[in-house]
Amino acid sequence: MRARLFWSLLASAVVVVALCSLSGAQNTPYMEEQWLGMESHVGDLTGHAVNARGDYRRYCAGCHGDLGDGQGENTPWLDPKPRDFTIAQFKCRSTPTGTLPTDEDLFNTIARGLDNSNMPPWNTFTRVQRADLVAYIKHFSAKWQTEKPGTPIQIPPEPEVTAERIKAGQALFKRLECWKCHGVEGRGNGPSADTLTDDLNRPIKPFNFHDGNRFKCGTSDADLYKIFMTGLDGTPMPSFADNVKPDEAWDLVFYLRTLQPMKTKEKAIARQLGLKPIDPNAPAPAATPQQ
Amino acid sequence: MISSRRNFAGRLLLVVLVFGCFQNARALPAFARKYGLRCSACHESWPMLNYFGQKFKDNGYQLMNDRDAPIWQNPSYWPVTFRITPIWHRVSNNKVAEDAVVGTGPPTVEKRLESSGFDLSGLDFHTGGTLEKNISFYVLPSSNNAAQFHFETVMGRLDNLFGSPWLNVKFGKFELDNLLSEKRILTLTGIGGIYQTYHFRPIGDGNFFGQIGDNQLGVEVMGHSANDRTRYSAALLSSVDGNVGLPFGSNSYSGFFTASQAFDTGKLGVQRIGFYAMVGEAPVTFLTSGGMPIPGSGIGNKGFHREGFVGQFYFGPHFDLQVVTQHGWDNAWFGQGYGGGAPFNLVPGTPLPAGAQAPSWNGALFEAHYVYSPQLIFIGRFELERVSQQPNSSASATPSPSNLGNLTTYTIGYRYNPFMTSRAGFAWHNEYAFLHQDLASPLFGNNVNSSELLIGFDFDF
Repeated sequence: MRARLFWSLLASAVVVVALCSLSGAQNTPYMEEQWLGMESHVGDLTGHAVNARGDYRRYCAGCHGDLGDGQGENTPWLDPKPRDFTIAQFKCRSTPTGTLPTDEDLFNTIARGLDNSNMPPWNTFTRVQRADLVAYIKHFSAKWQTEKPGTPIQIPPEPEVTAERIKAGQALFKRLECWKCHGVEGRGNGPSADTLTDDLNRPIKPFNFHDGNRFKCGTSDADLYKIFMTGLDGTPMPSFADNVKPDEAWDLVFYLRTLQPMKTKEKAIARQLGLKPIDPNAPAPAATPQQ
Repeated sequence: MISSRRNFAGRLLLVVLVFGCFQNARALPAFARKYGLRCSACHESWPMLNYFGQKFKDNGYQLMNDRDAPIWQNPSYWPVTFRITPIWHRVSNNKVAEDAVVGTGPPTVEKRLESSGFDLSGLDFHTGGTLEKNISFYVLPSSNNAAQFHFETVMGRLDNLFGSPWLNVKFGKFELDNLLSEKRILTLTGIGGIYQTYHFRPIGDGNFFGQIGDNQLGVEVMGHSANDRTRYSAALLSSVDGNVGLPFGSNSYSGFFTASQAFDTGKLGVQRIGFYAMVGEAPVTFLTSGGMPIPGSGIGNKGFHREGFVGQFYFGPHFDLQVVTQHGWDNAWFGQGYGGGAPFNLVPGTPLPAGAQAPSWNGALFEAHYVYSPQLIFIGRFELERVSQQPNSSASATPSPSNLGNLTTYTIGYRYNPFMTSRAGFAWHNEYAFLHQDLASPLFGNNVNSSELLIGFDFDF
């Protein structure tokens, strides 16, 4: 009887140890076998997931987890939480909302890092390393086996900044109700700001345009254009591609540039105009006929 | 029978439990804790920096992702790391001066001395990080293994001045900008725990001011490209070898200059080549009071310089080779033993002895790493120093043999980190180091062979 009890306890302990060891394993055998052949294609580069195992473990797994599920050992202390690669949902894309990003989008994100997060710019990697890591990131989700990335949106040439365009951008900021999250001055303190959650029901803060000169997904005007025309998937920031014409989107870009703590042409024009923050309760001005 | 099986199974279970779940250990090192990155993100193997870690250091201990200012941290965050190494080691030297009969004094003979036992390293108490965005600091009180402390590093740094990574200013006592850092060396023995190339001088040479492996007091301007591929530094240093209180020259300075460029070579990795040069002056004579030298009154500055190339070559993710070369030159006065310590040249107008000449030498170090995984690294190092011009020529009353002081050393070892998290560094360390120096024994000028075997735990938390 005692011997049986002992062996039962021993067997239980072995199961516990096995689970304990499994939790630290790098990948499930299934993933290793099925998806490590994943490739990425960036320009003339071909990345191979199998080559990135060491780099992922060295640089990425602490936050994104050995299984790519965003459950690294640091996750409890990070805000915002690291990306869960298993659901293949990415904020920074050049592709329409709801679609997979291109390999180049992921390639650029790795090098650029993500502002307002713990993701640093990994621009020390070689291009081959980055391409391999893109393939490795993709190998975590079956979605990359069944779906193709979206087609990158077309960005029309950037027009000249004018006072009219900045004013039109401000009107759009009000009409699209950007202020409800981002606040009337773009400080990320709109009336809805405290209620926002991401798709995983975790609290999330809207962007404060007065804090720094970088956006979540880049620094250029075109990067900003892409953010509201593709949306930040997984967050409350939607795509406005169906509500905003490409030309209007540039107006919004110019207006948002006036909010940043930088010396920009837009800011100088706004100062000349004496541009005041929007008043959400003021009646909309009568539409002026287009020339 | 059942009992013995039970005992065996119980012990096996204990071992499996201890080591099977070891990967979940936690502790609190400074930077990893702040940023939530594993040690391996910045270290090829802790404590040696990899390229990303070098960039982090060059940015003033900042990731440049807008979370660098301490205001982002929990108020209880304190950027502190302790490091200490309990060890067992066996030390051997084949030419130690010993009394021929114990306790009787001369005559003395040269004999081999071996000793072994459990021991400790000193304690390093690192604290560093940012005071505000683009203002950083590092303070390192460090003790010997008898807990006698000194300040190894104390510096403040203004980063990214005028918004440019090309202009950063460091002020205080700091490590020189050596790409292969002796302060992050992977080996721990008395022989292998330093780079001989960074400290070498011919036998009898009194110039200890030119040791590029030692932290120095001064100001450094450095800059780098955004991705750290291109980097430079220029430092103005007091010629005191990092000793506080201005104990030597009344007006003696050195300069240390580096530049390097890295190249993306695809699958091989990022290769880097660069150069360094240290050019300085230091005193060889002092003013006196009561016939004794007055500290800080050193005059009669004489010149010295060190220069060389650095290469960091990577052959894929597992193998790399680090190379440093050096050519050194000291003024003939240093070659005669004058410098910061005794003997002192206190009589104005004293000429150099006949046959005295400026010593020079060439050296190289090669350090190879096989990184099996971020948790296991094998290390092999080979260094050689060859004196090309001895301080005493054939015209001297005591001419130096051409190979006097030539030094050859090698070190092999491995470090195994049983777990890898962002909370602590812990390595099981095994190392063997051997040093040979020609004609350097204390009594009869025989060749000296020294060796050390070391086993220990190297950890920080």
